Amino acid sequence: MSDAATYNFGYLDEQTKRMIRRALLKAMAIPGYQVPFASREMPMPYGWGTGGVQVTASVLGADDTLKVIDQGADDTTNAVSIRKFFERTAGIATTTHTSEATVIQTRHRIPEAPLREGQILVYQVPIPEPLRFLEPRETETRRLHALEDYGLMQVKLYEDIARHGHIATTYAYPVKVDGRYIMDPSPTPKFDNPKMDMCPAIQLFGAGREKRIYALPPYTKVVSLDFEDHPFERTKFDRGCALCGSEGIYLDEVVTDDRGGRMFVCSDTDFCESQRAAPSEAGHGLHEVPR
Amino acid sequence: MSAQDDRPLLVAEGLSKHYGPHLGCADVSLDIHEGEVVAVVGESGSGKSTLLGLLSTQLLPSAGSVRYRMRDGEERDLFALGEAERRFLLRTDWGFVHQDARLGLRMGVSAGGNVGERLMATGWRHYGRIRAEAEQWLERVEIARDRIDDRPDTFSGGMRQRLQIAKNMVTRPRLIFMDEPTGGLDVSVQARLLDLIRSFVGDYGLAAVIVTHDLAVARLLSHRIVVMRHGRVIETGLTDQVLDDPREPYTQLLVASILQA
Repeated sequence: MSDAATYNFGYLDEQTKRMIRRALLKAMAIPGYQVPFASREMPMPYGWGTGGVQVTASVLGADDTLKVIDQGADDTTNAVSIRKFFERTAGIATTTHTSEATVIQTRHRIPEAPLREGQILVYQVPIPEPLRFLEPRETETRRLHALEDYGLMQVKLYEDIARHGHIATTYAYPVKVDGRYIMDPSPTPKFDNPKMDMCPAIQLFGAGREKRIYALPPYTKVVSLDFEDHPFERTKFDRGCALCGSEGIYLDEVVTDDRGGRMFVCSDTDFCESQRAAPSEAGHGLHEVPR
Repeated sequence: MSAQDDRPLLVAEGLSKHYGPHLGCADVSLDIHEGEVVAVVGESGSGKSTLLGLLSTQLLPSAGSVRYRMRDGEERDLFALGEAERRFLLRTDWGFVHQDARLGLRMGVSAGGNVGERLMATGWRHYGRIRAEAEQWLERVEIARDRIDDRPDTFSGGMRQRLQIAKNMVTRPRLIFMDEPTGGLDVSVQARLLDLIRSFVGDYGLAAVIVTHDLAVARLLSHRIVVMRHGRVIETGLTDQVLDDPREPYTQLLVASILQA
């Protein structure tokens, strides 16, 4: 680093980081509980991940390696700008490889490669309250959480089945954490819900505009809500990735021309690249991925 | 009807409620037995709704107590219950029918979802069974089965009230509070609703506290009547007795003014 005036490490001042770490500790102690925190203005608009950025800034150390993904991709605007933000304000190493990263900030996907102990996954959360659209009063939803009064959440799933014949919620699919709190897993596709269960990595959720932090400590039980006769089902795709051929992973639809041409490719760009780089390693280029 | 227990279901003693310097109701004592319908009548501002709010623990009294005999037979002081226990009571052993159906129903949720909510809140997790139960209750309140997926905002006023009743009855409550249940309905719809409530009281041994300013409703439904004025109970007794032979001048006035119509 030069002698020129620079940002404090990770942009936020130390007092703020300390305040956020306190909230994080509380959140880790009560898995799934939404801890209020004094969210700061960040040099980016709400909705771009201000909550996630504050959490990331508070957990980063000088020897951390950061990966940022936006819908699974390392190379889209949100991911690129947040990665640059921390390169500039914290001077830390960054990577696109899931296995090399110690901190991963994500907007709505969990990487396909399994996470391990010692890694931290930071989610950007737009709306932390799973009951928000069922009960608009925040005073009331807090009371419902406190009293574990969750019939309402089940009513939402009931309505889904009544209207569509199946549970039509495909993202922000509500989960029960450690047998206690109902949590909105941020708008991750429900495909990723099973990855949250008993995950060895720390999972932190930051909602900047809503000023809430919640967390899943490693190896926390996370159960997706359902009915006995309409059990939770993971999204299934009837094909593999058009680029790497992998199956059983989450695919993005990409429109390729204006005549209806389209292809389905891995949403996780790092995973796709690594599969194409080493096809022989795991067989015939078609791989079942461990969840 | 289970007549094994002669103790009253609910006992209110010396209930008073002040809103700042204003009196809501004063020194009201009341027993409600299983399978008994009690009507609370009086003019607007006489403290009827305050009393209902106190009995159903939605308001905190300035003085007095309400005891309730739980399903396990134990009598509990309602204002000493924890909030979780009170809520559980409210959505299992009690019902509350509002005059404005909007307060009692979720207007954005289908009729089936409305009826199923209490079941799901008490741990039902089988969609097919919840739906079957909801269908049965819709039928009992004379709502066609094929309306189960329609939202209550597409229902008529009378249907909404019947849906409210179904929503409450699904957990087989022993006590139901009603605040002007027939308010704003036309006479024929009122008659049907009253008929329905009467049959539920008979079939399920339901006890009810009905607040109304309509003496005809009180006469049709209730066994006992409580007349309120200026926040105090001025006369109580068997409904027929009070309405046919009122003692208090105010009750006489009330009865006379209604019967003229």
